[in-house]
Amino acid sequence: MSELRDLYQEVILDHYKRPRNFGVLPQANREAQGHNPLCGDRVTVYLHLADDRVQNIRFQGSGCAISTASASLMTEVLKGKTLAQAEELFANFHELLTGAQEAGHSPEVGKLEILAGVRAFPVRIKCATLAWHTLNAALHNSFAAVSTE
Amino acid sequence: MSTLLKLPITPSSPFPVEEVRADFPVLGQTVHGKPLVYLDNAASTQKPQTVIDTQTDLYSTYYANIHRGVHALSERSTAAYEAVRTKVQRFIHARHPEEIVFVRGTTEGINLVAQTFGQMRVQAGDEILLSAMEHHANIVPWQMLCAQKGATLRVIPIHDSGALDLEAYENLLTERTRLVALVHISNALGTINPVRQLIAMAHKRDIPVLIDGAQAISHLPVDVQELDCDFYVFSGHKLYAPTGTGVLYGKAELLQAMPPYQGGGDMIRTVSFAKTEYAPPPAKFEAGTPDIAGVIGLGAALDYLQNLGLESIARYEAGLLHYATKALSDIPGIRLIGTAPEKASILSFVLAGVHPHDVGTILDRAGIAIRVGHHCAQPLMERFGVPATARASLAFYNTPQEIDALVRALHYVQEVFG
Repeated sequence: MSELRDLYQEVILDHYKRPRNFGVLPQANREAQGHNPLCGDRVTVYLHLADDRVQNIRFQGSGCAISTASASLMTEVLKGKTLAQAEELFANFHELLTGAQEAGHSPEVGKLEILAGVRAFPVRIKCATLAWHTLNAALHNSFAAVSTE
Repeated sequence: MSTLLKLPITPSSPFPVEEVRADFPVLGQTVHGKPLVYLDNAASTQKPQTVIDTQTDLYSTYYANIHRGVHALSERSTAAYEAVRTKVQRFIHARHPEEIVFVRGTTEGINLVAQTFGQMRVQAGDEILLSAMEHHANIVPWQMLCAQKGATLRVIPIHDSGALDLEAYENLLTERTRLVALVHISNALGTINPVRQLIAMAHKRDIPVLIDGAQAISHLPVDVQELDCDFYVFSGHKLYAPTGTGVLYGKAELLQAMPPYQGGGDMIRTVSFAKTEYAPPPAKFEAGTPDIAGVIGLGAALDYLQNLGLESIARYEAGLLHYATKALSDIPGIRLIGTAPEKASILSFVLAGVHPHDVGTILDRAGIAIRVGHHCAQPLMERFGVPATARASLAFYNTPQEIDALVRALHYVQEVFG
């Protein structure tokens, strides 16, 4: 059961029960919706982009512990980042989950490492990346919808 | 063993569950180091050794393509394949073997009816009646037909228990209704619909009825003549038979009147480039080489079930469901979705504060296989205000001890989520 404990760590459960930056962002100028048809999870990511930076970010939706915690952690690490930094973080996070990378390049990736336990549960990787794919859509289109399928 | 005694099984007819389990080789294994507890039977059932052996025997000794060969192997394969048609006919009490059409599964059976019978009968302005508890296979083909014809889907609502609203059904049956398509047992709620009554109500207005028996066929004795349904469809893989097999039953006169489904070999009488004359049913609906081994395996599954006795299976499963319902209801924070008075073998639930997907992952690590998600019944999930449920679905090879393991694992889920 140790893999389960690695997956459902205190920090993840805390972010699931008390997600950070949860809700609508009234001044958002980008927004995207993500959907995982496998489990019915839905997430909307709201971004306020200005001067090439994520000035503010929020998310809303319903999902499992992994997808909710991942979205919550994502909003924490992205605030204030440039677009280039955001894309780099996404790439690093993806590598982290698919096992291509053991340790983080930056303190932000380090914080996301809490989700590395997902590696032992391949069917749950989509849960962890849903918010990030949705973010990606929001960064590149003003209004968009993505699906994990 | 003490838990077994709690089951309301009559002492004169104990169900030999341990012997039965030994017939299913897959059940003997461990998963993540724990004994496998397979509770995903509504998705697909495991196969008994006799089904596996029957397919192996076919491929090892007498396999050939059917219907067209003049040689010995083809004759043997054809005889074995057609013998299953008669077995199915007897299993569901159809009048003639010609009323049994082999298809790939429930989904193909429903699509076949929609695109032949439906094409023939449904016009612009007509209505097709479904229930709110249908799964996607009994929604989408009708939606496609409605789009082609300019017809409309009407939906029979359900009560909070998951039982069908009979009064609303009565009112929805109108002179515009061309067809009623209903599930016999709901895959997401376990509700057993009173299909005989529902069919009689439709027939009063001369409206034909298709029954989706995907879940019912493995849990209840089915008699299509007694039900008087016009069509009955089910899949082999939910009936302890190989995947890729399924059955469409249709009343002979309806099948005769219907246009063919797919064109190709085996469905013709004569072909010229000017004109094709179609074979009579069921061949008219069976174009191309079918799943020969699968169908022959289906025959072995039917023999196996008949040896056990469907009444005996139904009685044992009812006891198991009763035990499981009680055991799950005692878990704090659980909400059972689907509590209709007439119910079979399916326990759909949500745990407060835990997403079903997380429940599924934690249970898997305890060796317990359940289904989580919307069970291909998204409109139904919306009806109950949940994005998804966790679903434990029972078969006759499950035991009260396995239900106890499920309950222990659910307590552990709650422990993890504090």
